[in-house]
Amino acid sequence: MIGSAVPRKEDAALLTGRGTFVDDIQRPGLLHMVYVQSTEAHALITGIDTSAATTLPGVVGVWTAEDFAELPARPSVPGLERHYLAGDKVHYVGEPVAVVVAADRYAAADAARAVEVTYEPLPVMATLEAALAPDAVPIFAPLPGNVALEQPVTPDGVAAELDAAPRRLRARLVNQRVAGAPLEPYGVLADWVGNGVTVWATVQAPHRVRAEIAQVFGLARHLVRVVAPDVGGAFGVKSSFMPELFLAPELSRRLGRPVKFVEARREHMTHTYHGRDQVQEVEVGFDENGVILALDVTITVNIGGVPDPVGIGLPTLTSYMLGGCYRIPKIAARYRSVLTNTTPTASYRGAGRPEASFLIERVVDLVALELGKDPAEVRKVNLIGPEQMPYQTPFEGIVYDEADYPAALELLLGELDYDALRAEQERRRADPGARLLGVGLSTFVEMAGFGPTPLFEQFGYLGGWESANLRLQPDGSVIVLVGTAPHGQGHQTAMAQIVADELGVPFEAVSVLYGDTAVVQEGIGTMGSRGMPVAGNAVRQAAVEVADQARRIAAHLLEADPDDLVRVGDGFQVKGVPDAAVPLAAVVERSFKPHLLPEGTRLGLESTAYYEPKNLSYPSGAHGCVVEVERDTGRVHVVRYVCVDDCGTVINPMTARGQVHGGVAQGIAQALYEKVSFDAEGRPLAASLEEYMLPGMLDLPRYETHHIETRSSFNPLGVKGIGEAGATAAPQAVVNAVVDALAHLGVRDVEMPCTPERVWKAMHHAS
Amino acid sequence: MIPAGFSYVRAGSVEQALAELARHGVDVRLLAGGHSLLPAMKLRRVEPGVLVDIGRLRELAYVRLDGDRVVVGPLTTHRTLERDPLVAEHVPLLAAAARRIGDPQVRNRGTIGGSLAHADPAADLAAAVLALDGVLVARGPSGVRDIPAAEFFTGVRTSALAADELLVEIRLRAATGLGYAFEKFSRRALDWAVVGVAAQARPEGRTAVALIGMGPTPLRAGAVEEALAAGVPAAEASALAARGCAPADNAVASAAYRAHLAEVLVGRALAAL
Ligand SMILES: Cc1cc2nc3c(=O)[nH]c(=O)nc-3n(C[C@H](O)[C@H](O)[C@H](O)COP(=O)(O)OP(=O)(O)OC[C@H]3O[C@@H](n4cnc5c(N)ncnc54)[C@H](O)[C@@H]3O)c2cc1C
Repeated sequence: MIGSAVPRKEDAALLTGRGTFVDDIQRPGLLHMVYVQSTEAHALITGIDTSAATTLPGVVGVWTAEDFAELPARPSVPGLERHYLAGDKVHYVGEPVAVVVAADRYAAADAARAVEVTYEPLPVMATLEAALAPDAVPIFAPLPGNVALEQPVTPDGVAAELDAAPRRLRARLVNQRVAGAPLEPYGVLADWVGNGVTVWATVQAPHRVRAEIAQVFGLARHLVRVVAPDVGGAFGVKSSFMPELFLAPELSRRLGRPVKFVEARREHMTHTYHGRDQVQEVEVGFDENGVILALDVTITVNIGGVPDPVGIGLPTLTSYMLGGCYRIPKIAARYRSVLTNTTPTASYRGAGRPEASFLIERVVDLVALELGKDPAEVRKVNLIGPEQMPYQTPFEGIVYDEADYPAALELLLGELDYDALRAEQERRRADPGARLLGVGLSTFVEMAGFGPTPLFEQFGYLGGWESANLRLQPDGSVIVLVGTAPHGQGHQTAMAQIVADELGVPFEAVSVLYGDTAVVQEGIGTMGSRGMPVAGNAVRQAAVEVADQARRIAAHLLEADPDDLVRVGDGFQVKGVPDAAVPLAAVVERSFKPHLLPEGTRLGLESTAYYEPKNLSYPSGAHGCVVEVERDTGRVHVVRYVCVDDCGTVINPMTARGQVHGGVAQGIAQALYEKVSFDAEGRPLAASLEEYMLPGMLDLPRYETHHIETRSSFNPLGVKGIGEAGATAAPQAVVNAVVDALAHLGVRDVEMPCTPERVWKAMHHAS
Repeated sequence: MIPAGFSYVRAGSVEQALAELARHGVDVRLLAGGHSLLPAMKLRRVEPGVLVDIGRLRELAYVRLDGDRVVVGPLTTHRTLERDPLVAEHVPLLAAAARRIGDPQVRNRGTIGGSLAHADPAADLAAAVLALDGVLVARGPSGVRDIPAAEFFTGVRTSALAADELLVEIRLRAATGLGYAFEKFSRRALDWAVVGVAAQARPEGRTAVALIGMGPTPLRAGAVEEALAAGVPAAEASALAARGCAPADNAVASAAYRAHLAEVLVGRALAAL
């Protein structure tokens, strides 16, 4: 089954409207919670008048920060604890200031508007420049300034190597702020009954959420049940510890009734955390052949008004991946995490790695431009060769697994018909009536399969392993409980394929369950493209163990030695004796009959496996984008998008392709459409989907997808992960194509998103 | 995205709708397709206390030929305009504009009356109606009056309709067999226009050119029309597209870029006539 494009088990329910999302869940006596969100970007709260709101019909109550003063802070950067509601000041527009609970969402929404908050404005610093200016005032107490973290990632600089390089250039690259914008926004339903609480929530790591809720409320973990039901997309933004995860349980406890919170889209756009938002200052040293000799990078990341423990450190991951697929002997990196009066930033598909891939891929193109060389050639002289794998990067512990980067590039160039495109580009340039043509390449590698415990526990997780429990039912069918909590990836399907192969059962005979801490053994969750590399291997291991148990019982049944059995069809057979065979169902049935088994045999066929990866995995590939640019308007049309991905073993080509499509769509969106922006007063300019340019189906090209399968030696399945590859590869493929289309006009860079206006201005200013 | 509370009345006749308007004063809104009003209510840009639903008044949904005029009932949906044979024959510009509105869901629900009454500066149909020398017929407590399209739009989402008036008909000058073009530049395939142009050829070389996204209201490109009438070649005339316009300067596009787009799009439209 591994390698076949079987249809998804998930789809029957999802496509017929029978999915169960948090907002579908009803409980008796359900109450609804909404926030009063700050309308100011930076201000002291001088008063909150809840009197009008509390008298409205249906309103149960209004609570402010002081009402939750007793609760310990939610998960935070140590020393920079953040609470649930803004206390004496607000840090960004949209920050929760008070919480209203009412009998229905309409009453709650009306009451939220009736709460009168008075503010005393403070100077607003909505940009990095403003927040770092000498006269900036500190945004987040107890920090004395707006630099929340200053981190040298590498011990040494590369000044000497840069000085020694025959050529060098500098660039300033901007990776703008974008929003995850899942179809389903954040939602929580908490029902505190007796001495415990059940929380249904749109989250990516239910066990972690359980641990944090238990910690805040001083409960034993068995008394907290967290359920992630169907989750309508997450993209990392549902891995942050939003205040509602704790406020809903607390209010349910106080009120003795279930409390539900579901964001409206407008709330989502200002309340749920954003991603990216890095400014990168780069200097690169290289020789006349384009060989890169040294790279120096300073990253400034905008972490918004309140530091998030993941958001504050994401440039560490960016730094680790700065070398991309290239043999760059010397890399120096450092970063600053800066507070501004904007919504906080944290994980978003790729979380730190797309920013690195964008940087190095833009740099390679700049080097090519500077030397007048073809960008494909500059890539070829720098790519790490397959014989160098596993490859130790200049960063300790960052070792790339097996891949053939040059082969991926060659396949891409062939599929693109690269030389013909270059000829066509020349022809177009000479014809003033033709649209300009640009070709952009992105040879990328990213970091996935998060990832050994010593690394992953730094992000607050119990471990970097993943768990799977596999139980054969008496009829030979299989139930698997997996510790991840997928939200669109198709784990029911891919995990069942792995089980089918390892256990020799039909794909249809396997059900995969997840997302409920009362049912599933301790698990970690779904993020960092760890589904297949970590959870997939846990499932495999559990299946191997159960297959071994089954073999021993089959041997007993057949009165043979376990080593003499071979697997046939849906059972076992004594090697060379076709008559001496037993189907798996009979073996399972027997496993429940103690009187027919050898003394001391454990009943049932079941195993729980915890798989700890030895290392991260490194999905890679080469993506190419062909754009046309309208000369008179600057509009960019993506006319072709070609992907070559190497995610190691492909479990299901269709779901893998789906991940590539979605990731590339988000990458193209970042390159051409999306930007979360604020005015100088910190007011959001893209707080609805009318203003936030989420592209639609008609804005996106048909994707041409290809795979190279280089098995990773880092895990038994040989998989690497695919969830974030598209989003990592695509932005620079598109931007490189746009700049390439305009290069003859002297254009060196176009900032993302490359809107028609920006492109038009770039052409205009250049000529 | 939760609207404020409101009460709801379904009008059984035009007379009843007018009576409800008179009774509730400024606190009332007519509800047609709901595709501008309901989003505005959910964003709490408007909070009407009463909605008077005219959606079931089938007598307001029609397309007819009346001499050299095509008359359109206000409840005619965008989708009908796209497909109606009379529209296709006599005012195909209207169909071309309707076809570029939003997505199929929006076009199946949204109405021409609602679009014009909503008076968005970027409404596609407004450009077509202006270029077709439209006359908007309003009916109020004191009877019926004609409002030329050029006088109908008074500001950003404001019109010459009084609060107690109903838009009951749109009258367009037939342009049977004459050249026309609708050019729309939007950020996404399914999106509002950043700038749009409707151009309608008329006998004797007179060409009507209307713009959306180029100021607080949809408007006629007077300078272009005059230049064309004076025999200036289209390529030169289109350079005057932004003359006298005061386009918005905002996150969607700068005023300068909009002015540039107007020139490009007018050029494309005139070339396509
Ligand atoms: C997702 C989306 C995309 C869209 N994209 C576009 C686009 O690309 N281009 C475009 O032009 N439009 C677009 N629209 C707007 C769409 O065309 C609306 O349908 C139209 O603007 C309003 O028509 P309606 O019948 O829905 O009016 P309603 O929303 O019901 O009413 C709009 C206003 O007009 C008033 N009104 C309605 N009928 C009358 C009448 N007969 N007399 C007096 N007043 C009346 C109402 O009281 C209200 O104030 C989009 C809408 C959506 C939701």
